Amino acid sequence: MLLQRFFVRLLTMLVTLFGVAIVVFVVIRVAPGDPIAMMLPPGASNDDIARLRALYGLDKSIVQQFFIWLAGVLHGDFGTSISLRQDVLGLVFNRLPATLELATVALLMAVAIGATAAILGARSRGTALEAGIDIASGATLSIPDFLWGLVLILLFGVLVPVFDISGRVSPQLDLPFITQFYLVESILRLRFDLTWDLIKHMLMPAVALALPLAAIIAQLLKQSLKEVLDLDYVVLARVKGFSETQVILREALKNAALPTLTLVGVQFTFLIGGTVIVERLFSYEGLGNMAIDAVINRDLPLIQGIVLVFALLFVLINLAVDMMYALLNPRLRHG
Amino acid sequence: MDEARIARRASSPRLWLAGGWLLLALLAAIFAPLVAPQDPLAQDLMLERLPPFWLDGAEPGYWLGTDSLGRDLLSRLIFGGRIAFIVAFAAATSACLIGSALGLIAGYFGGWADRIISRIVDVWMAFPPVLFAILLVAVLGTGLSSVILAIAIIDWTRFCRVIRAEAMSQARMDYVESARIAGYGRIGIMLREVLPNVLPSVVALLSLEMGIAVIVEAILSFVNLSISTDDPTWGSIIAEGRLSIHQAWWVLVFPLITLILTVLSFSQFGEALKARFDPVLR
Repeated sequence: MLLQRFFVRLLTMLVTLFGVAIVVFVVIRVAPGDPIAMMLPPGASNDDIARLRALYGLDKSIVQQFFIWLAGVLHGDFGTSISLRQDVLGLVFNRLPATLELATVALLMAVAIGATAAILGARSRGTALEAGIDIASGATLSIPDFLWGLVLILLFGVLVPVFDISGRVSPQLDLPFITQFYLVESILRLRFDLTWDLIKHMLMPAVALALPLAAIIAQLLKQSLKEVLDLDYVVLARVKGFSETQVILREALKNAALPTLTLVGVQFTFLIGGTVIVERLFSYEGLGNMAIDAVINRDLPLIQGIVLVFALLFVLINLAVDMMYALLNPRLRHG
Repeated sequence: MDEARIARRASSPRLWLAGGWLLLALLAAIFAPLVAPQDPLAQDLMLERLPPFWLDGAEPGYWLGTDSLGRDLLSRLIFGGRIAFIVAFAAATSACLIGSALGLIAGYFGGWADRIISRIVDVWMAFPPVLFAILLVAVLGTGLSSVILAIAIIDWTRFCRVIRAEAMSQARMDYVESARIAGYGRIGIMLREVLPNVLPSVVALLSLEMGIAVIVEAILSFVNLSISTDDPTWGSIIAEGRLSIHQAWWVLVFPLITLILTVLSFSQFGEALKARFDPVLR
């Protein structure tokens, strides 16, 4: 049952990825403007142009180009970046860890802030505190990450300049890292001075990404907590003499968390989508920032590669959430 | 019913506050040449980086100060509102029409139509939306119509998903069955019976989408990919403000406040309207 569900999802996932590949390929081939013309020195001859076109496979028909590219992708060859003249997969893997670290920190913050607000709100049902949490989460939710980023830049970059508003790490530091997972590696190497520098750079973009999601979690989790808190088994726990906070943490939370979990999965993909502009805003050297440069430089192979990697990330997250839901939901587990 | 009445009463000040700001901003944009105190494009290096009126060094007539080229900030914000509202209305309406039509078809007819439309939605949802928008505008070429088209092409799925789910649940209701027995055709039922019932959701989403469209336009301006660089847009003013943040904070603060108020108003206005017109709540 579970296995069957898994394979069906896996199949739809592949269909989706194939669809993404076709759409991105068609969209950027329609683009006016010649990527080759931009990389040539002035006075290049027609022969030079033709030679470069052939080198990047741009002299073949679109359908041919698509299948050549697809065959390459299936072998792990995403082509060569036109503007950076490096292997696309290498470039993507070089930047992806920065984005993953940022998105993960943002997700953890969103869950922590959102769950705290939800528990506080559910604990003080019907009071001014709950109303305050409702209003705050409603407003937080409506303001997107881009605007939060700008607000944070103003508050903590200019008004009270405590955090860095640009880059991933201070440029003057010597980095001993061998992977691109700087944050993880700095902790593992016990170089907490570097960890602190990384956190100082990451905090504001992460908060900007986390706030809208935190608000959604606060609203949904509070709602499910309130529903669960009226059920018999919770009333029983209360009669046994547990305090309201204990009742929520020990009894209600695990049953109320399931609907929130599904939602967090979908919202996490939105959060990752948001890294594109937030990274740009904070000059954070991640995948999204590179993607915008790739579009501006009309670097077709690089755009294709990045979009496909984002899409892969999205469908994998959805698959993971779906499986987790099936595992945790008793009705599906035994159904 | 009591709770519904409370919800409606609570939605009233929200409706008026949000609607009031939107109306004010819209009127200012429409009558921009009459309202704006200065020419939004006029540069004057003698007047560069003037602070807003309550600070020392402010000039009369330049209420919110000037940017690094000496252009009046308030006038630029008022004129920038024109592009923001055009994009909001045109892009959101287009996305709404495409998405609602496909959502109604998928939800009400089901079967193959539903399967195909749902697959397309899946593919669309696997794109990071901001990157998709930037990519589309780069492909279509910068300009007002490209921005509108790009937003519509990306965001129709928001309407499609909600309307599909609503149409599905409506299609199973008794009243649809009675209409079918009474001899109405499928399209007739869809337009006469199902559509009016999904309308409150559509209205709320439409208002929300207008706010999103304003943000997307600002993001595109911010990465220098929206309208021509001469016309002031809220996003291009923000981009300038981000650059001169340490010399002239007001160039970032005022467009930011304008954007936040507008986005908040669009979403609150939609929610309040939905609460008011939802047949179930009423």
